[in-house]
Amino acid sequence: MNTNIRVKFRKYGCLKFIGHLDVMRYFQKAIRRADIAVCYSEGFSPHMIMSFAAPLGVGLTSDGEYMDISVKSAPSSAEAVKRLNEVMAEGIDVVSWRALPKNSKNAMSIVAAADYEVRFREGCEPFGGWPEKLREFLQLREIRILKKTKKGYQETDIRPWIYNCTIEDGVIAMRVSAGSVHNLKPELLAEAFGDWAGVKIPASALLIHRKEIYADQGTEEKHSFISLEALGEEIG
Amino acid sequence: MRKLALSDEILMTVEKPARYIGGEVNAVIKDKEKTDIRFCMCFPDVYEIGMSHLGIQILYDMFNRREDMWCERVYSPWTDLDRIMREKNIPLFALESQDPVKDFDFLGITIQYEMCYTNILQILDLAQIPLEASERTKEHPFVIGGGPCAYNPEPLAEFFDMFYIGEGETQYFRLMDLYKEWRAGGASREAFLKQAAQIPGIYVPSLYEVAYKEDGTIASMAPRCPEAPEKVKKQLVLDMTDTFYPEKPVTPFIKATQDRVVLEIQRGCIRGCRFCQAGMLYRPARERDLEMLKKYACSMLKNTGYEEISLSSLSSSDYSCLGELVNFLMEEFGSKGINISLPSLRIDAFSLDVMSKVQDVRKSSLTFAPEAGSQRLRDVINKGLTEEVILSGAGQAFEGGWSRVKLYFMLGLPTETEEDIKSIAWLAEKIAERYYETPKEQRNGKCQIVVSTSFFVPKPFTPFQWAQMCTKEEFLQRAYVVNHEIKEQKNRKSMKYNWHEADVTVLEGILARGDRKVGAVIRRAYEKGCLFDSWSEWFRNSLWLEAFEECGIDMNFYTTRKRALDEIFPWDFIDIGVSRAFLEREWSKAHEEKVTKNCRQGCSGCGAAAYGGGVCHEH
Repeated sequence: MNTNIRVKFRKYGCLKFIGHLDVMRYFQKAIRRADIAVCYSEGFSPHMIMSFAAPLGVGLTSDGEYMDISVKSAPSSAEAVKRLNEVMAEGIDVVSWRALPKNSKNAMSIVAAADYEVRFREGCEPFGGWPEKLREFLQLREIRILKKTKKGYQETDIRPWIYNCTIEDGVIAMRVSAGSVHNLKPELLAEAFGDWAGVKIPASALLIHRKEIYADQGTEEKHSFISLEALGEEIG
Repeated sequence: MRKLALSDEILMTVEKPARYIGGEVNAVIKDKEKTDIRFCMCFPDVYEIGMSHLGIQILYDMFNRREDMWCERVYSPWTDLDRIMREKNIPLFALESQDPVKDFDFLGITIQYEMCYTNILQILDLAQIPLEASERTKEHPFVIGGGPCAYNPEPLAEFFDMFYIGEGETQYFRLMDLYKEWRAGGASREAFLKQAAQIPGIYVPSLYEVAYKEDGTIASMAPRCPEAPEKVKKQLVLDMTDTFYPEKPVTPFIKATQDRVVLEIQRGCIRGCRFCQAGMLYRPARERDLEMLKKYACSMLKNTGYEEISLSSLSSSDYSCLGELVNFLMEEFGSKGINISLPSLRIDAFSLDVMSKVQDVRKSSLTFAPEAGSQRLRDVINKGLTEEVILSGAGQAFEGGWSRVKLYFMLGLPTETEEDIKSIAWLAEKIAERYYETPKEQRNGKCQIVVSTSFFVPKPFTPFQWAQMCTKEEFLQRAYVVNHEIKEQKNRKSMKYNWHEADVTVLEGILARGDRKVGAVIRRAYEKGCLFDSWSEWFRNSLWLEAFEECGIDMNFYTTRKRALDEIFPWDFIDIGVSRAFLEREWSKAHEEKVTKNCRQGCSGCGAAAYGGGVCHEH
């Protein structure tokens, strides 16, 4: 009986320069190196059944990346994590391996929010006293930005997509909307802040670290976020 | 955590930053304080090409087995990073340690094709190592070249301290031991080179003096000192089974050109095609043991996680245990989603059977390399492939469901006539007709025949080393004849014709048979901005032409000039085991349109038997 597995992993160090497609290819190889009995699609050129929650941009690091796979026989969580970590390159660690209940939706389709920690690179702070200014900015009821669409530009209010944002010791910790409905990238929020404050804040000024990805078990009015990992169960 | 040589800012602006970060699966990290010799291995082209090269993987693994050595890798920075490194004066660095290459003991450069020569200068330049070997001091690494182009190293002579002539598995450890002794003793750089020259296969160009005749050809080439041998003898591995081979090849994060396990099943080729340099250089043909290959296939797939394995050799069908090996691979890995690829196969019942099992017949195409269109010219080049064999192979393939055929030819071969050229189109037509003779229910829609021609470049150590090369205009004229003739065929709508660029071929011809005088042109072309010449989007012929002009070097001297049978060639000081007398015999048999048996059908006395191994001593 096939089991659907959710794998959580970290991406850090030099591997932040490896793009999403290469991370997929990396895991396809790693799974074969670890000798995991993964399921393949049917057809003449079968491919591994594998899907990722949310692509991480080049240059970003993360403590909470997710990939779902389907396996023919599942080793225990401890065993699988150990086997995978034995074949990892420095810069990717497997954090957990959990079985998903039958008929679970795949990770990609349920992504609703993500936590990020954002810092300015040394020497790239926009201006002195930016934290106060940013707090002021976050008090706005509406944050309208121009979003590029297929047909040109469209004005959008991103304020509802910012669920939480605090600033402490130069670190901006935010929970923002993610996934296929409204995906708010931290870079975009920083840019909007810059525009409002009258300075340019390029993406290259930021160090962005993703902390976690969540599904939403609540409603549009009252969210109830749960980490993707928590939807699976440890295998003993 | 490893620290990178390039800042985040730079890595975020260049294309594919993964080219420069190292840290790949199976890359070797050592403590530099605990190693005596640091060797940087270079493939002078972009990462994805360089990482596809088997030779470096073999030597990387071999060197790193030594506890006293750390071998790392470097590739050509792409043009975007090249610009930044020059602007910011960032020295070229090795991928593993990210340390500057100039601080290494050795920089080994594999020279796989002529059109990478300006990239070699880029590597030296960015590494901040003087381009000329004579300007280097004890502070600099020794720069050593190897690979097929090292068999005529003369155009590059001034840029290298040494060349290694032959297969790296054999003499490198001796050279490394010698280096350690020399360094402990503190003698001069020249003293080391003189000692190195006494190791078989090591050529130190600065220890030789070349004199020229008035007509520009070589009068003599002689050692300047007693330490340098008159002839440098090619080194080769005799036992292909009990030797070095990587069980854990470095596996890149980004997709390399060769994105699979490469299993070299044999080295050398029994065929003796007269245009083929590899076929002569790697004589005698030597097979690896079947059991060794099975073992390596398993461990390499396990250690890399690749989903494909490719059997590599110059002519896979000639490997005596091919059937057994392929069956083993299919049984062992077929159910695990592992693909098997078999390049350089002869098209016959066996290979079609294998291919139908390992690939999707509807999607794949079959490749034939008749090299010449007419039987007459195929005899001249000693390509033992008859029209009958081609047509019956194609027929069987069509009945098996294939409908796409690729045909490779060369234009500008010695003795080529207009009829030979037109025969290319006629052969394509016959294949198309064979397709439409196949019963309708067996075939798969329309057929598609892609005809490709490259232009012939005479190479050192082949029977055609004496050949006159065509001019650019002659080459193109011949391509137009093919193009025109294809349009005259009944089944022209099933055919497509591609031809190669002629400018770059002419240049390749000059560099291939060039002498030391050509070095100045390479340097001038590099200084003018030539780089990545093998990439059509970067190749700038006009700059090369200017470089020749400014250096006062006549291109035709190296290409179209008729060479006398007794001319001393720049590469004659190298002994590849195949005798000049044999090459001369083959050159004359080519003109008589006589074929020579392959090594298994009978020995033709080329001289390679003297090595005492391989196909020469099979029975």
